[in-house]
Amino acid sequence: MSSLTQTSTETLTETPRLGTETAIQIRKMNKWYGNFHVLRDIDLNVAAGERIVIAGPSGSGKSTLIRCINRLEEHQSGQIIVEGIELTNDIKDIDKVRSEVGMVFQHFNLFPHLTVLENCTLAPIWVRKMPKARAEEIAMRFLEKVRIPEQAHKYPGQLSGGQQQRVAIARSLCMEPRIMLFDEPTSALDPEMIKEVLDTMIELAETGMTMLVVTHEMGFAQAVADRVIFMDQGQIVEQNTPTEFFNNPQSERTKLFLSQILGH
Amino acid sequence: MSDANASPAYLRTEMLPSAAPPRRQEGLLGWLRENLFSGWLNSLLTVLSLVIIWSLIRHFWPWFAHSVWRANSLAECRQIITQTWGEGATGACFAVIRVRWHQYIFGFYPRAEYWRPILTLGLLFIALAPVLFSVNANIRRWVLAGGGLLCMVLLAVTASPDWTVVLVWALFAAALLLAEYAPMRLLMVTALYPVLAVWLLWGGSPWYPFMLLMGFAVGYGVSALVPRGVSALTGIAVTVLWWIFLAAPAASLATLILPLHLPVVQSSVFGGFLLSVVIGVSAIVLSLPLGILLALARQSNMFIIYSLAVVFIEFIRGVPLITLLFVALVLLKYFLPPQTHFDLILRVIIMVTLFAAAYMAEVIRGGLAALPKGQYEAADSLGLNYWQAQRLIILPQALKISIPGIVGTFIGVFKDTTLVGLINLYDPLKGISDVVRSEFTWKGIYWEPFIFTGAIFFVICFSMSRYSMYLERRLSREHR
Repeated sequence: MSSLTQTSTETLTETPRLGTETAIQIRKMNKWYGNFHVLRDIDLNVAAGERIVIAGPSGSGKSTLIRCINRLEEHQSGQIIVEGIELTNDIKDIDKVRSEVGMVFQHFNLFPHLTVLENCTLAPIWVRKMPKARAEEIAMRFLEKVRIPEQAHKYPGQLSGGQQQRVAIARSLCMEPRIMLFDEPTSALDPEMIKEVLDTMIELAETGMTMLVVTHEMGFAQAVADRVIFMDQGQIVEQNTPTEFFNNPQSERTKLFLSQILGH
Repeated sequence: MSDANASPAYLRTEMLPSAAPPRRQEGLLGWLRENLFSGWLNSLLTVLSLVIIWSLIRHFWPWFAHSVWRANSLAECRQIITQTWGEGATGACFAVIRVRWHQYIFGFYPRAEYWRPILTLGLLFIALAPVLFSVNANIRRWVLAGGGLLCMVLLAVTASPDWTVVLVWALFAAALLLAEYAPMRLLMVTALYPVLAVWLLWGGSPWYPFMLLMGFAVGYGVSALVPRGVSALTGIAVTVLWWIFLAAPAASLATLILPLHLPVVQSSVFGGFLLSVVIGVSAIVLSLPLGILLALARQSNMFIIYSLAVVFIEFIRGVPLITLLFVALVLLKYFLPPQTHFDLILRVIIMVTLFAAAYMAEVIRGGLAALPKGQYEAADSLGLNYWQAQRLIILPQALKISIPGIVGTFIGVFKDTTLVGLINLYDPLKGISDVVRSEFTWKGIYWEPFIFTGAIFFVICFSMSRYSMYLERRLSREHR
């Protein structure tokens, strides 16, 4: 088992895995696109080290929810508190939260004009003011962890989709974030490449990183998640441990959803 | 085969190796057939085009073939043509170029000082080489060598003093050496170029423009000392204060210590390509950063900034350039305190720059709009602030997309500099030609000067166009 972050895995096995600390706190949060009520009365507490999978039909607001957590989307009412910082219009707070929260996108969003290594060192150098040599050292370590150090000097366009997504994960980890958000990280990948990305995410989960993952990969949810959240029409419909969620769904909506995605 | 298709089961036992593609028809004949005679319509069009080209050449060739290069007046030209080619023969009288070419290049710039614009041109090559060809050392070498050679030729044909030839030799030898071993040092020339160019072209003391340039350095230095939050504002304030209060005394002091003086040349004697290039290069260099700022402002969420940018861009684009030039000539004076001397060329440069910047902003906005939203989101999610995201992520990509449009605007601006002929400046196309024709000896000569100036414009614009293609190729190879 290889560890993705510097937190040593031994200490994690001895102490209870979930800290008592709260990483993210969302209270009565609402969001509208124009007149369309996308997120309705969202209440969610995420403990440090917790791994949450968010599932639901498309248009249910799950991507919007995690995009509110690093304020790529603005919420209109309610509270979001990330690592003790409340998200308001204060740009300083937003930048502080963003440097603690990493995000992996469906379409990777690597910077095509920079090499893989430059993609990884950019934010540590400019946001963390890290010397270039040190940033490169850290970047190489994470590129080794996601098993593509040999691609460091290539441009993203020369890599396969799976490799690009692993670079994107490494790029986020280089900022040494405390929370990682994944927005459908495998949805744009060829079936053959999904596994390499999921493996990387599983390894990351084993290091005790706080993770919120929007995905349709129910196998991943069963293997890694502490909690599965099911959303529909902008609301949290049901949440439970993976075992309970898959074996004993409560609401009709959840049952229908599960039968549709697991039924074939 | 039919057996394999008959049953649904099929198993490939060995993979096929890759084979060479089928050969196309080779050679000249194959090329002709494919490109010129691939069907009856295509063949017909080919023949038709050849007929048109042939008739054009037949019509114009004698005019070029009969051209006269040695004569002192148009009448003499015509006489020579009639004598040699018979009554009714037409021919070009390029003798006018031979006699008056220096006016097309330098306008009324004093003849004894021709070396100064030539040196300025040479320095322009040295200043641009490290910026335009930062990667490819080989091309940089050739551009520098070409610039040096051009200067030598110009110095020779203007019979400039020997010491200027030695100076240019030394300058280009040093530049080539620097380009070889420390190309980044050449950027020093680039940074100082505005001061050097102003000093060489207009004469006087170099210290005042130098102190103006120093304002930026002082502002930057101070901004580095104060806390981050207020650094940008402090920097700008210090720069402006320096310009208003300290630049002039500092310049006088420097003149006392090191009096460098060149004979003063008035703006009114500037003309020809000297004028076009001065206005064109200044407007091109200044309009790019201004255009970028305007494009960003137009994308801004801040209402006031956005509105100002939209009003400015739409106003400038809605007005012909010639209107702005008339404003520069006449109206601007009314807004200035009486007796202020505000150089006409400077006024024109400002107007042309504003004009170009408005178009530039729209071109760059196109590039910004073409970037996927994910690039902005990725930059945001990493915690980069607005200016970092723009400078490191957004602009490098947006500008790359906009290169053809940007260079197209540059070319347009450079050609538009001929419009200054309409506000009594001596542009090479109309202003100088009018002067030449106003003399009895060359009265009635039209085509030859047009062809000469047109050829020079073509060389410059074509170079810009080729450079843009080179840059696009280079960037697409690097970034993929």
